[in-house]
Amino acid sequence: MINFQYARANDVADAIRQLAADPTAKLIAGGTNLLDLMKDDVERPSRLIDISRLPLATISETASGGVLIGALMSNSDLAYHPLIAQRYPLFASAILAGASQQLRNMASTGGNLLQRTRCFYFYDTTTPCNKRQPGSGCSAINGINRINAILGASDACIATHPSDMCVALAALEAKVHVVGPAGTRVIAFSDFHRLPGDMPQHDTNLRTQEIITGVELPARGFRTNYSYLKIRDRLSYAFALVSVATALEFEGEIIKEGRLALGGVAHKPWRDTGAEAVMRGQPANRATFTRAADLLLRDARGYAHNTFKIDLARRAIVRTLTQAAHATPQTQSNKKIR
Amino acid sequence: MASTDPAARAIIPATAKTPVALIVNGVETRLSVAPWTTLLDALRDHLHLTGTKKGCDHGQCGACTVLVDGRRINSCLTLAVMKDGAKVTTIEGFQTNGAMHPLQQAFIDHDAFQCGYCTPGQICSAAGLIAEGKAKSSEEIRELMSGNICRCGAYPNIVAAIQQAMEQS
Repeated sequence: MINFQYARANDVADAIRQLAADPTAKLIAGGTNLLDLMKDDVERPSRLIDISRLPLATISETASGGVLIGALMSNSDLAYHPLIAQRYPLFASAILAGASQQLRNMASTGGNLLQRTRCFYFYDTTTPCNKRQPGSGCSAINGINRINAILGASDACIATHPSDMCVALAALEAKVHVVGPAGTRVIAFSDFHRLPGDMPQHDTNLRTQEIITGVELPARGFRTNYSYLKIRDRLSYAFALVSVATALEFEGEIIKEGRLALGGVAHKPWRDTGAEAVMRGQPANRATFTRAADLLLRDARGYAHNTFKIDLARRAIVRTLTQAAHATPQTQSNKKIR
Repeated sequence: MASTDPAARAIIPATAKTPVALIVNGVETRLSVAPWTTLLDALRDHLHLTGTKKGCDHGQCGACTVLVDGRRINSCLTLAVMKDGAKVTTIEGFQTNGAMHPLQQAFIDHDAFQCGYCTPGQICSAAGLIAEGKAKSSEEIRELMSGNICRCGAYPNIVAAIQQAMEQS
């Protein structure tokens, strides 16, 4: 870890001012991703601006029946909060599928959105990586790419976004509240993260000096028919090879609305509204779910070591939708997949 | 590589120190640390509380688990300066007047370690788990203890030890 200066922010405006004063400064909240990357010299900020004491560890109901989560709510406090556990169980389940309880106690909501990829080459400063060092090349495309993307990748980058929480936020159509020098704005969750294109150094559309202050959930929580299924190399405490967040709403036996988002497969949480649309008005059966999965994966492309993910994703989608339809969501303690 | 470009960052002297006050195992403690000193290094190298172990130093093994304001965290992934004013409990703070904590006794009763390197982290993590009150079954204990790796593979005994301590708490 390099030497750096440390300062506390007095309030959000002060944090924005401090960011503006030093373009190589970074905010720190939970620190679970940033300090890890700093120890490996992947991130080398000249200054850390500590925002962890700002009064953003909050959760409140909105006038429109939703919930506004402060950016500094810890992952564990969020997952176990009655408003989340009871009204947004898909979201709670996805949070508890990620990391370990120690890390969830530290990690913040805003930081979860901003965590960097776990691509091996991004972490290895002895190898080229366009995300870490723009223009240096992508080592993963012809390297050990078992964990890398199958959707939305580019010749410049095949990294995936590592979050579980964000997959549920994509499915639930959350909104991200941010503040910057130009004032506040609200970003639809699908527009928050971006695909790599030829600028993989940018994970999100957050502008320089903008700070996430909160995440808003709309009123619809899909608390009856939902499931978050995470497939990984060990039963707990590992990043997803493929994860699926799904939620269904029924009119009788017919699907009135379906939500479908995948993690571990792309540079951003991968929600496909086209695949959701083919389920609308259909019975909740294997044929419907397979059609949605095939549509979502129509442009999937594997590399030398990760083509297995395409079939894995197809099966995981069908299984997760089946769990949701039967109102038997995947639990995050007993890992048997039913 | 970015790391070979010396012009990209200002040079910050290693002598830069910040005062930090911590309540460690009930004792008010003042120390002066560089901003990049992790809580783990502050405990081990500045306060000489070497019960807390450095395993991976990347939040992947749980050996460095301590309780901060009653919650279990990875002390390797937090800076000491960020925890100014916090109450920290390490494994050294578990005994009372020389008597072992029920978790320590349970780990002995169930032979819940071989080499012992992960044990301080396991016990701090288990204390956090019991305080959280979310784990009831052995499956839930396993899941919520998954942040603590035991390379000797003492997991069944660790789960049994935690169950015993839970019943006593």
